[in-house]
Amino acid sequence: MTRVAVLQGGRSLERQVSLRSGARVTDALENLGHDVLPIDVGPDLVDRLRDMRPDVAFIALHGRDGEDGTVQELLELVGVPYTGSGISACIRSFDKVLAKHAFRDAGIPTPDFFAFTETAFKALGAANALPEIEERLDFPIVVKPAGQGSALGIKFADNAGTVPAALLAAFSYDDKVLLERFVHGPDLAISVLDGEALPIVEAVPVGERYDFEARYTVGQTEFVCPAELPDGVTEAAQELAVRVWDVLGMRGMARVDVMLSEETGELYVLEANAIPGLTDISLLPQAAEAAGISYDGLIQRLLDLAL
Amino acid sequence: MSRTGARSSARDLERYAGLFAERTRVMTSSAMRDLMAITERPEVISLAGGLPDTSTFPPELFAKVTAQMAAKVTAKALQYAPTEGMAATKDVIAEVMAAEGTDGIDPDDVLVTTGGQQVIDLVCKTLVDPGDIVIAEAPTYPGAVPSFSAYQADVVQIDMDEDGMKIDLLEETLDRLEAEGRRPKFIYTIPNFHNPGGVTMSLPRRRRLVSIARERELLILEDNPYGLLRYEGEALPTLRSLDGGDFVIYLGTFSKILAPGLRIGWAVAPRPVLQKMNVGKQGADLNSSSMTQLFAAEYFSIPGQWRAYLDSLCELYRGRRDVMLEALAEHFPPEATWSTPHGGLFLWVTLPDYIDTTDLLARALQENVAFVPGRAAYLDGRGGSSMRLNFSMVGDADIREGVRRIGEVIREQVDFYGTLTGSHRAVAPQAEPAPAEVDPDLADVLHLPRREHDRDTGSGSA
Repeated sequence: MTRVAVLQGGRSLERQVSLRSGARVTDALENLGHDVLPIDVGPDLVDRLRDMRPDVAFIALHGRDGEDGTVQELLELVGVPYTGSGISACIRSFDKVLAKHAFRDAGIPTPDFFAFTETAFKALGAANALPEIEERLDFPIVVKPAGQGSALGIKFADNAGTVPAALLAAFSYDDKVLLERFVHGPDLAISVLDGEALPIVEAVPVGERYDFEARYTVGQTEFVCPAELPDGVTEAAQELAVRVWDVLGMRGMARVDVMLSEETGELYVLEANAIPGLTDISLLPQAAEAAGISYDGLIQRLLDLAL
Repeated sequence: MSRTGARSSARDLERYAGLFAERTRVMTSSAMRDLMAITERPEVISLAGGLPDTSTFPPELFAKVTAQMAAKVTAKALQYAPTEGMAATKDVIAEVMAAEGTDGIDPDDVLVTTGGQQVIDLVCKTLVDPGDIVIAEAPTYPGAVPSFSAYQADVVQIDMDEDGMKIDLLEETLDRLEAEGRRPKFIYTIPNFHNPGGVTMSLPRRRRLVSIARERELLILEDNPYGLLRYEGEALPTLRSLDGGDFVIYLGTFSKILAPGLRIGWAVAPRPVLQKMNVGKQGADLNSSSMTQLFAAEYFSIPGQWRAYLDSLCELYRGRRDVMLEALAEHFPPEATWSTPHGGLFLWVTLPDYIDTTDLLARALQENVAFVPGRAAYLDGRGGSSMRLNFSMVGDADIREGVRRIGEVIREQVDFYGTLTGSHRAVAPQAEPAPAEVDPDLADVLHLPRREHDRDTGSGSA
């Protein structure tokens, strides 16, 4: 029996999802016979960890603080081993701009993009560069905050007039945003467990078209696992996901989001998530189940990898 | 990696999903719901709530009412009650309705419900088949949306201005629907101190609405939770009193004049409709709580009491409304417009259309302040640049500070938008009143297509 602190909740905008992930992980750990200490992380986190002296921390936090290396840093300091990636991989994957540069440097295809801080616009006149960016990326353009895990703040601009409002929205979540070329086509989630890719989950829009709205609206997307893809694409996408894993130096688990372009048939990596959702309907547990790994089995495996 | 797992979809994994009825497939953004949950953090000044301030109810009074109940009606309070409600409670309801502007209600026409919310549910249950049209205001009460969605109503929303639902627009819409061979089942309206719009329907529009319902044989669901919470101006007649009861279903509640914890509301409806609603209620919960029905009856039997408490609530909320209006004038930029409610609990702010208030809320939460993004009050994706602010549940100092923080975030956004567009000046919001310097002839031209401006010029019925 292991004493496991399950870190969940916190102040991030993804608090609610994290609480759902944490509750599900707690159930699984109890099923597995461990001594579980759920912690809604707050200002007393360090003190509680010192008092409880858990053998390991299961991080079920999403978004800022939990996924960006902050909590990992504290756990290293307090000397508690933890699930998932280490500090540097968390930092690199949480910041979509850093991650995309790492992909580009390693020759991993990622949609073209430009990234700016608020300062670039406020002090350095970046607004004057927008027409050129728009020309280079082509409409539609996706505008995203660099460090926000959920769909919040992600906007779709289909003409120059809507770019400023999209930037304004994205800057509500982070002081760095990216403008990215939109890739039309199937949206693939490749979960990686201990360096091995799991079966692919494909997000299939309920309507006709792969459009932006559908991707981020509950009920307009169905998830299919394993994805039915053209010959060779599954293997190529899984290989790509493992390369991403290696380049970012991830550990334990990850989910790599990839687009398959309808036009070119090429794969493009959008981002990697260090702490993917862990609710019953989240993509990593679905992929694990498709690979014959039960939810409880997945959680035990992640615990073993941390210890 | 093993591929032994059979092909599966989220639906299989979401183990119960296959059992869910079609009507549960409500499409809302879970991101927004998750965001709203964060507004409950203790350090957040929340202008997002919708609650009356029950801390104002004297504990001694609560003790007195319950003691009287215990002495007189213990067995009754612990027993089932008739589905339509207890006689003593229905008598009180007739008294409150008279105060709200509808005299001479026959207690037999009253159905006591579990909160006003149950009336909305029962009306939908009684009238709406999947795909049927329900007319509502734009924006509409966010709490009605789950009921409309659950019964798979096709909701058509009619814009409002400072005089409530635009009746010309309603008529155009009804004509259009008729041409398409579709007839709405009912028109849902909150004529007094609209939630979330903060506006009140004018008397001429009330008359027109009632006569339209009569001409076209449509039902109106008149939702009047705040009617007695009037802080200025004369009370206007209810739609029910104007109509006499043939085409109006009236929704009342004790939630805002006494306490929402009682969960006691009521419907007054044409008999055949009421009978169907009664059957629907039998299926839902047999009867509303006997205990709280008797609590209400006992409370209202204390001479002068309910009026005195209502007056104290009006005084408190009037003060808070005034504080909020002052703070808005001081802290919100000129690009923002807002309603000036004459009563109720809410006001509605509209920002330039480049600001998305869902994203703004994320930014505001960093400053520990919250509001309800406008999108919650629309079923058609509109409302993205509006927000609802509540003034009933927060003290004066917090109202000032909350509005100041939101104002600062908005100003920052307006300025930043200017930088992003390279214009350094914000785009003016759609001009509501024409600017003073506009040439009068031109102003007339501008107003020509807006038939709404001939509204309410006294003719009364349409």
